[in-house]
Amino acid sequence: MVEQIVQIVSNERDTDLYFRLIARAPRLAPLVQPGQFVHLRIPTLKEALLRRPFSVFQASADTFSILYKTVGKGTDALSRLPAGSEMSAIGPLGRGFTVPPAGGQTPILIAGGYGMAALYLLAQRSPQKGIVFVGGRRRVDILCQDEFRALGWEVRVATEDGSLGEKGLVTQPLLAELNRAATGRKLFACGPTPMLKAVARIAEQFSLPAELSMDEHMCCGIGVCLTCVIPVKTADGWEYQRTCTEGPVFDARHLVF
Amino acid sequence: MNLSVQIGKLTLQNPVTVASGTFGYGVEYSQLLDLNQLGAVVVKGIRLGPVRGNPTPRTFEVASGLINAIGLQGPGVDGFIKKYWPFLKELKVPTIINIWGTTVEEYAEVAGRFDALGGVGALELNVSCPNIKEGGAQFGTDLRLLAQVVAACRKATSLPLITKMSPNVVSIAPYAKAAEEAGSDALSVTNSFPAMAIDIETRRPRLANVTGGLTGPCIKPIAVKLVWEAAKAVRIPIIGMGGIQSAADALEFIIAGATAVAVGTANFYEPQTALQVIDGISQFMRQHSVQDIRDLVGTVQIKP
Repeated sequence: MVEQIVQIVSNERDTDLYFRLIARAPRLAPLVQPGQFVHLRIPTLKEALLRRPFSVFQASADTFSILYKTVGKGTDALSRLPAGSEMSAIGPLGRGFTVPPAGGQTPILIAGGYGMAALYLLAQRSPQKGIVFVGGRRRVDILCQDEFRALGWEVRVATEDGSLGEKGLVTQPLLAELNRAATGRKLFACGPTPMLKAVARIAEQFSLPAELSMDEHMCCGIGVCLTCVIPVKTADGWEYQRTCTEGPVFDARHLVF
Repeated sequence: MNLSVQIGKLTLQNPVTVASGTFGYGVEYSQLLDLNQLGAVVVKGIRLGPVRGNPTPRTFEVASGLINAIGLQGPGVDGFIKKYWPFLKELKVPTIINIWGTTVEEYAEVAGRFDALGGVGALELNVSCPNIKEGGAQFGTDLRLLAQVVAACRKATSLPLITKMSPNVVSIAPYAKAAEEAGSDALSVTNSFPAMAIDIETRRPRLANVTGGLTGPCIKPIAVKLVWEAAKAVRIPIIGMGGIQSAADALEFIIAGATAVAVGTANFYEPQTALQVIDGISQFMRQHSVQDIRDLVGTVQIKP
């Protein structure tokens, strides 16, 4: 974990309300592990004081990128920052995905909307290639599938309005695939909570291990404010654990939905 | 140039501490800043046993502030000693432990446990958390209970006692005096302000706890006034806090009457704030030829 001033290399619209931002961060970028996030202070936000957390999409030796949706005043202000702007970043933060060891379980990734971005580094660093199932409401919600294909992964798309890929929820093609073959596979998912809940249920049904990246509101991002807690099973019941520190990635079997 | 100040028998190398609940147990920030440069590390409130805390959502960002209702989630005395004390006791700067209970007896027992631990810098009595049903604010807003809690803790420990005051009273002066008379060595002024936010679409409160405590820069002027009033009422030192983001903010509290200050909500968004405040205070002192920070305390000029 480091704090550094990063410089925006580019910050451009992807589709619809989605943007891709690349930042030069020579100290932070090399440390990033799959599924970790960065906490950004958006300089043009004045009345809103808190940093905003973003999963890292891609990372190189001296840059990282994020793929974000403009959903409120923070992301809206972020989307207006031109290349060359500077901002403070803290990261990489949180406990990310376990990269499957060579010869281990075959990874199956499940993404909802911009959750796809948080899975990219896992796909890139996994010794075995697998299948990515990605879902969204409409065609414009399906992001960065070309990048996954370029890594040699198979991408299967589902949209609720049928404008791209199979019509329906992402869990449909996932279920069909697991009904064909489930043994020796491991699920990794990032997306809206109802989707993660469905993936946890499917993992249980097929007795498969699953790692889920949870998305909660955060303040500090480093484990002190206790805003982002979720109930997690323990030996004698459950306790609140911090999405920013014990997570954002949790073993599906430990979560209480 | 002297930056050190006294809180009871505890010496702080400089007047800048952090507010309980905004700094975890210190270790979380140790990768981002040198804790040994602070005046003291102040940890999140601890009662006898572990506390699960409130349901979520627990915080909500508002204009220039934050409303929280965490519910004092924590590991309890034993959990704290096992998990966090080994790190804290190795620091060169003192640890101030914020404690609370649901009864006078529990406060005293927790105070006694930390007295026996050895090496603790001071205890801060949280009699002002607005977010828990029992304990907390009920002690800070009742003169008789406040005196009882402070007196019971005074009996249980020889550690410096700092009473963290509730802002939710008509006048802070009698409460400040009550804490002083019951044996408190210092006061922390102030805790968060009871507050609420509502989602107009769902018409539901933004926090699961319905109400919470407001902190951040939006409360600073109210907190400065409370420090000024409390400082006029007592002779013991005051640690001023409420929305400090800069050395200028901290100096305002000091000139109002605070001997030391605490950086709170700013830790969440700019972890370097406390260190920047220390630098900025030194700079101000050089520029204004102030040799000793204590010469600034309570120097607000009010025309008769």
